[in-house]
Amino acid sequence: MEIAVVDYKGGNVQSVLFALERLGASATLTADPEALRRADKVLFPGEGEASSAMQALREAGLDHVLPTLTQPFLGICLGMQLLGQHSEENDTPLLGLLPFTVQRFAPDSTHKVPHMGWNNLLALQGPLFAGLTEADHVYFVHSYYAPVGAYTTAQSAHPAPFSAAVQHRNFHGVQFHTEKSGTVGTRVLANFLAL
Amino acid sequence: MVKKRLIPCLDVRDGRTVKGIQFEGLRDAGDPVALAARYALEGADELVFLDITATNQRRKPLTELVRDVARVLDIPFTVGGGIGTVADVEALLLSGADKVSINSAALARPEFIADLARRFGSQCIVVAVDARLVENEWQVMTRAGTQPTGRQAVEWCRMAADLGAGELLLTSMSHDGTKSGFALELTRAVSDAVYVPVIASGGAGQPSDFTAVFQAGGADAALAASIFHFNETALPALKQYLHEAGIAVRL
Repeated sequence: MEIAVVDYKGGNVQSVLFALERLGASATLTADPEALRRADKVLFPGEGEASSAMQALREAGLDHVLPTLTQPFLGICLGMQLLGQHSEENDTPLLGLLPFTVQRFAPDSTHKVPHMGWNNLLALQGPLFAGLTEADHVYFVHSYYAPVGAYTTAQSAHPAPFSAAVQHRNFHGVQFHTEKSGTVGTRVLANFLAL
Repeated sequence: MVKKRLIPCLDVRDGRTVKGIQFEGLRDAGDPVALAARYALEGADELVFLDITATNQRRKPLTELVRDVARVLDIPFTVGGGIGTVADVEALLLSGADKVSINSAALARPEFIADLARRFGSQCIVVAVDARLVENEWQVMTRAGTQPTGRQAVEWCRMAADLGAGELLLTSMSHDGTKSGFALELTRAVSDAVYVPVIASGGAGQPSDFTAVFQAGGADAALAASIFHFNETALPALKQYLHEAGIAVRL
């Protein structure tokens, strides 16, 4: 199986590569459109700020390539958010694959922003969450979120529910860090590789 | 809801943990990678590696250790100690660190916090604050706690958060090593003053200290070293205790 990790200088790709390695899978870090089209699975990690990530994607010529991919695709953290229409973070247009607008959490004294740490998953649906339950926790770190919609395949809450995972056709996204969520995250990653 | 985090801290010098470690079954007790894996297995929510060689002399390649840790560890970890440039941060993040913790460099040049947040995102920038109680005022210390800065702790924490810190690691030097409990009033004052998560550090001695720092102190996470290293309070038992005390933890 060929696994491609999208290389656009926009995230902590090393952790994702190591997580794949722990699963016995080897992956290629690439920005080459042909290599991405050829791969059996594509992972799209992201961290940092939305407009610079979109800028990096445009510079790598990937903003038009990613939406045309047809194999199972997994956006992680910011990589999930970029699948939406628009982000409130610096008023940024996104890839437009899913119909959500990324919004900022409103902090209060007990709900800090970033939403950082382990939170449990709710209303799990679909193959990525096979074998998991609402008692399972995953690691989040983000200040912006995708609201819950028809595309939501898992929720979490801070304090209001938000999309912990989304899906449209072959495009999957998880707001949490599969690569940093212990055995639960490893299971989600393994479930994705098994799609 | 997001859970309160327990974070063991490992002091590292020249690639080895330096505090005495008494875990059974660890042949090489000074190996940070083995210790990290052990803590992850026991339920640590994150780990912090503090390079205590770093501030005064040029480090051995800390990036190599970070790589080795990232290869085996499936929970987040932070690296701190002697970080002074954007290039330092970039090297650590590229090696697989999830967050970096900065201290003296931020005090010397507060705009460093903003530079890092812009470049790498607030989510990976932890500002560590060492505070000491002097004449009823919490003062911020620098250079591994050796020099006063003239800054007041709550004010500095607020400024660091405004500049783009994603998290604060607040250590009470007046409590550190005493095992008499965390600095509850200081932690509460900082937690109420900022909207970013606060990790409380210094003074952990027994399980009830953690209950107090999460409830009265309002901390989002608690960091400790010796209480975990010497296996006085094992992580699984501590988490169970906190759960029974009504604290939301990841079991």
